[in-house]
Amino acid sequence: MHENKLGSKIVKGVLIGISILFLFVMLILPLITVFSEAFKQGWEVYVKAITDEYTVKATILTLEATLIAVAVNTIFGVFAAWAITKFRFKGKKVLTTLIDLPVTVSPVIAGLIFILTFGRQSILYPLLQQADVSIVYAVPGVVLATVFVTFPFISRELIPVLEAQGTDEEEAAALMGANGFTIFRRITFPHIKWAFLYGIILCAARAMGEFGAVSVLSGHLRGKTNTLPLHVEILFNEFQYVPAFAVSSILVIMAIAILIIRSVVEYKGKKDI
Amino acid sequence: MKKRVLSIILAATLTITAFSGCGSSSSSESENSGKVTITNVSYDPTRELYQAYNEIFAKHWKEKKGQNVEVTQSHGGSGKQALQVANGLEADVVTLALEYDVKAIQNAGLIKDGWVDNFDNDSSPYTSTIVFLVRKGNPKNIKDWSDLVKDGVGVITPNPKTSGGARWNYLAAWAYADKAYNGDETKIKDFIKKLYKNVLVLDSGARGATTTFVENGQGDVLIAWENEAFLSKRDYPDDYEIVTPSVSILAQPSVAVVDEVVDKRGTREVATEYLSYLYSDEAQKIAAENYYRPSNEKILKQYSDVFDLNLNLVTIKDFGGWDKVQEKHFADGGVFDQIYEK
Amino acid sequence: MKKAKKRVIPLFGLSMGVTLSILSLVVLIPLASLVIYTAQMDFSDFIQTITRERVLASFKVSFITAFIASLINAVMGVIIAWVLVRYQFPGKKIIDGMIELPFALPTAVAGMALTSLTTDNGLIGSFFDKFGIKIAYTQVGITIALIFIGIPFVVRSVQPILEKLDSSYEEAAGVLGASRTRIFWKIIFPEIRPAVFTGFGLAFGRCLGEYGSVVFIAGNKPYETEITPLIIMSELQEFDYKSATAIALVMLAVSFLLLFVINLIQARNTKILKGG
Repeated sequence: MHENKLGSKIVKGVLIGISILFLFVMLILPLITVFSEAFKQGWEVYVKAITDEYTVKATILTLEATLIAVAVNTIFGVFAAWAITKFRFKGKKVLTTLIDLPVTVSPVIAGLIFILTFGRQSILYPLLQQADVSIVYAVPGVVLATVFVTFPFISRELIPVLEAQGTDEEEAAALMGANGFTIFRRITFPHIKWAFLYGIILCAARAMGEFGAVSVLSGHLRGKTNTLPLHVEILFNEFQYVPAFAVSSILVIMAIAILIIRSVVEYKGKKDI
Repeated sequence: MKKRVLSIILAATLTITAFSGCGSSSSSESENSGKVTITNVSYDPTRELYQAYNEIFAKHWKEKKGQNVEVTQSHGGSGKQALQVANGLEADVVTLALEYDVKAIQNAGLIKDGWVDNFDNDSSPYTSTIVFLVRKGNPKNIKDWSDLVKDGVGVITPNPKTSGGARWNYLAAWAYADKAYNGDETKIKDFIKKLYKNVLVLDSGARGATTTFVENGQGDVLIAWENEAFLSKRDYPDDYEIVTPSVSILAQPSVAVVDEVVDKRGTREVATEYLSYLYSDEAQKIAAENYYRPSNEKILKQYSDVFDLNLNLVTIKDFGGWDKVQEKHFADGGVFDQIYEK
Repeated sequence: MKKAKKRVIPLFGLSMGVTLSILSLVVLIPLASLVIYTAQMDFSDFIQTITRERVLASFKVSFITAFIASLINAVMGVIIAWVLVRYQFPGKKIIDGMIELPFALPTAVAGMALTSLTTDNGLIGSFFDKFGIKIAYTQVGITIALIFIGIPFVVRSVQPILEKLDSSYEEAAGVLGASRTRIFWKIIFPEIRPAVFTGFGLAFGRCLGEYGSVVFIAGNKPYETEITPLIIMSELQEFDYKSATAIALVMLAVSFLLLFVINLIQARNTKILKGG
């Protein structure tokens, strides 16, 4: 038995070692690179880069797009999770697959399909022109792309929890005459509270960093449709490597902040149960 | 049952209102108001040029019309930029890397036929050419195109399929081989094939290729726009040298007013002035300072210490124009595809 | 009406309505326009486009690199999930919190950082260069970028299953003298298998389509390091919409199939979570 314990200690050490090494090389090293490049020319250059007029505008647009994406996906996620887990209907598998599809669709294709739908050669284009609404190469396009790539993030968190919870409680409440919103508020929501928050956080994190699809749809109009990741690309293409990495570091800091909030939420959530 | 229909309708309106919040935009501008904005969609290496030019143009327009003008810039690979304009990116003017890309916008119906003659010099206010950027001391002793096909020479050039600049690179190499082999097409193709075998990284744009060569230290020679090569040399004077090959091509970036957009926005006057002012002495000097060759001969001569004016330059007309070039070389199954076939 | 009777819980109409309208607006209509656009093509043209040699080569590059990257992520994901669930050690919370970083970091930033690390004069690249191994601008480089992108998927799908897993079986088996590897393969692995497949599939799908980080590190040489999304991009730049949409449609079909299979597996997964 003693031998066995020693063995398991070695296994534990080796496994932890492998994990940490892997994550260090694949995750931490790239982050260190971002920061070391960002501060290569000292504080002043760094501060100048992140307080630049265009950087600030890009930050605001990024936050805007993120907020709207989270709002839309929250509404969608809650309703979709409710529909999928509380009722039986035909084609449920197809529906869940369609909801998940944006995660695996190439960002390039995501951009392409919106251009085909709302761009100049689309049949909708004259209508949009008449209404004086521009979607592609304007802020709505950026928002739409962000919504698309983060589409399933909230529903995916909610569905397993609701599924595990079953429908008995809701049925009982419904039979007692409670209306739908009361049931949701009083019975369902407490169950999904933490999963819900977790989904929102993930969704926000992903929305901030989206590059591919937004890049196809934004038109790169400086100060107008540039999000932070696009601004990084532009700086990079202007050979302003240090400012490019400085702006990247804003994104990294935002990502880390969000992940810290997530850990706190998760910790609280576990304590709650 | 009725209730369900009702709630579905309710849901649909809810969704639509959620989206319409982000769907509004204003695009019409009046030329009579105190301020006008125009959008200039350009290609990668003109960033510095237009940053400087937009300032003097704003001053010029203020003096002339008493109106403030703000120019929004968009930069990217030339082909991609043209595609975006054709797809509805609202550009008042385009200043792209080659005529073919502007033509693509014309084919989409946004620019009227005959735009090439709207401005002097085939609507190219400034030109450039293709040169080599090598590492300090030229360790591989690269003098001309023939040195690029030697074994062990690593070449960096972007992909002609995705980059306008790379098409000029390709054609310049072709022009050299055409002269060297007296037009023997199998030999020319062989030369081009060998050249692209030596290409280590085929980036998707001119700026990406420069980054690969300069920042990431790949390869021995970068085939580049003259102005890009000068910029790299200016930023790192101790690390690079410029080599001018015996034959190169006259790269003529094209500018045009996007008719459909300016008519809709009512910005034709300012957009036209924006482009014609590019030919003014002041603007031509700015072009030269950003290492573009001014189309104004007099000003070009003033910068003869910067540019190699004796370089033997072929033009796109020697190739029979862009349509022919595109079909023969860069279309699917064209020469560029053939040289990569096994 | 028989079916409706079963639905005691209210709000089916509303929730289904909202779900379907948003789904249509964001996903279905745009996807349909892709299909409609491609449908204008002759079938033989379509086949000819997607079987062009260079396109086939790019499929191969994309599939192989995505597959290897997801496989590595599957193995590492199980190990990391195991470490995070079963062991206590300092710094565990930090590691746990970092797993989602690849989601939050813009792919272009990741691509630039990884490229500067893995070129011959980068920190990692110079080490491997001594052994004549090149990372950046080869398929190895692409794989590295894809590993980065795919890290969270397997970890996050296996972790909850491991947490729910009752360790009493393992202990019993251990007492009965089964070896550790045997316990893993016979008792633990069958339980987490569906989750591993789900994570693997999602990572695989995501990697197939990845563009932002890969273009920086790939070198983009035809037949060697050219991925399918890049081909789509270059077709678009040649104004060849038909080819671009045709190739995009193929990739889309693959994603859909992949996800459908995953969702079938997931259904089984949920049963385990429920404690069935």
